[in-house]
Amino acid sequence: MSEVETNTVATPDDPFVADADLRPALFEWLCRMGDNALILGHRTSEWCGHGPVLEEDIALANTALDLIGHTQMWLGLAGEVEGEGRNADNLAYLRDAMKFKNVLLVELPKGDMAVTMMREFLFDAYHHLLLTWLAENSKSPRVAEIAAKALKEVSYHLDRASDIVVRLGDGTQESHRRMQAALDLLWPYTGELFAGDDVDAAIVEAGIAPDLGALHADWNGLVSEVLEEATLQMPEPGGYAHLGGKQGRHTEHLGFILAEMQFLQRAYPGASW
Amino acid sequence: MSTTLLPATDEVWTWLDEVPDPEIPVVSVTELGIVRDVQYDGGTLVVAVTPTYSGCPATAVIDLMIEDKLREKGIDDLRLERRLSPPWTTDWVTEEAREKLKAFGIAPPIDGTASDGMSAKAARLSGETNLTVECPRCGSANTERVSQYGSTPCKAAWRCRDCLEPFDYFKCI
Repeated sequence: MSEVETNTVATPDDPFVADADLRPALFEWLCRMGDNALILGHRTSEWCGHGPVLEEDIALANTALDLIGHTQMWLGLAGEVEGEGRNADNLAYLRDAMKFKNVLLVELPKGDMAVTMMREFLFDAYHHLLLTWLAENSKSPRVAEIAAKALKEVSYHLDRASDIVVRLGDGTQESHRRMQAALDLLWPYTGELFAGDDVDAAIVEAGIAPDLGALHADWNGLVSEVLEEATLQMPEPGGYAHLGGKQGRHTEHLGFILAEMQFLQRAYPGASW
Repeated sequence: MSTTLLPATDEVWTWLDEVPDPEIPVVSVTELGIVRDVQYDGGTLVVAVTPTYSGCPATAVIDLMIEDKLREKGIDDLRLERRLSPPWTTDWVTEEAREKLKAFGIAPPIDGTASDGMSAKAARLSGETNLTVECPRCGSANTERVSQYGSTPCKAAWRCRDCLEPFDYFKCI
């Protein structure tokens, strides 16, 4: 290459990026944002070439692509905040399962279309609320600009997912049965979306992100409206919640995703093309 | 100290107008509104480019094509910057580009119809979408959406009920 530097980032000033006290929590929080997008994106991409109809195949692949784009932004910023020379690729391909901080919901196997679309809907509803808050209120300009970019795409995700939940829920007897089964399977994994810990508390305190618990009521409202329209029975809010993904304690499924996703960089370190 | 005369930024803009979008080559990167800024940082030409969709694979190709074009014009000292804010919107697609898209068979974006996440619900409740997209082939407004997603992240798949042709709609964002 010549002396050209490509893809430097034109950045607004953001005091949080170099804030040494906040660094561990902010790095952790950015990894959670990036890992949710990465793992859900990877799961969604598993449909590429396998969709039930061409249009759905294309829609799922496009959705996955958006999520991988978000991953690059969030993990890119995480690497910058960490300040140890790791970029988004290093973080995605060279961390082990316990260093991944995604919620358990996104790593569950893709299942059938009912599980895939119900998961996307439950996550999109949360994602949309969270990104809206970040884009409008985050005191970190870097976080706010990534959220504003991602939000435009996630609006289309939520639109499509909620539409499909209604159409399949209020569809045939078989599609209804599958959607209800998917909802019952996934519901205990939604509590983790709103369970804050010390990392969240530090980020909320800094004004970067909202108190997750405070988003829960809006999420319940949005989700219950769509589920009602879909003629599906919403499980009791506040039931048992599977936790641990955000702290690196994962289901057995994550390791298999990483084995597939990271194989090339593990077998041929530094390979590029 | 260099005594080389640097090309005016106005001239650089006209060069960039010669760089086609790799996936929709009838429109240029400036017509799409993704070149946000051209200026000098000392003797270094800095071109700020914003991505259309955050995962769009064309982004890297666009950077390369911009670099190639500017090198061809004799620019040695060059920096490309990725700018996220404000995020790209189809409102920035120029009028000329909209005409070119239409002639190419892609229905141009209809401003003000970007999804807000609740558009599908509003459409279900009202029984109609907020969108009337004219068929780029026959001009009929009797069209329907097949899918919100299409052959590239920026497009949706539509079909004309009159001439029966499927077509791409450049969706609003």
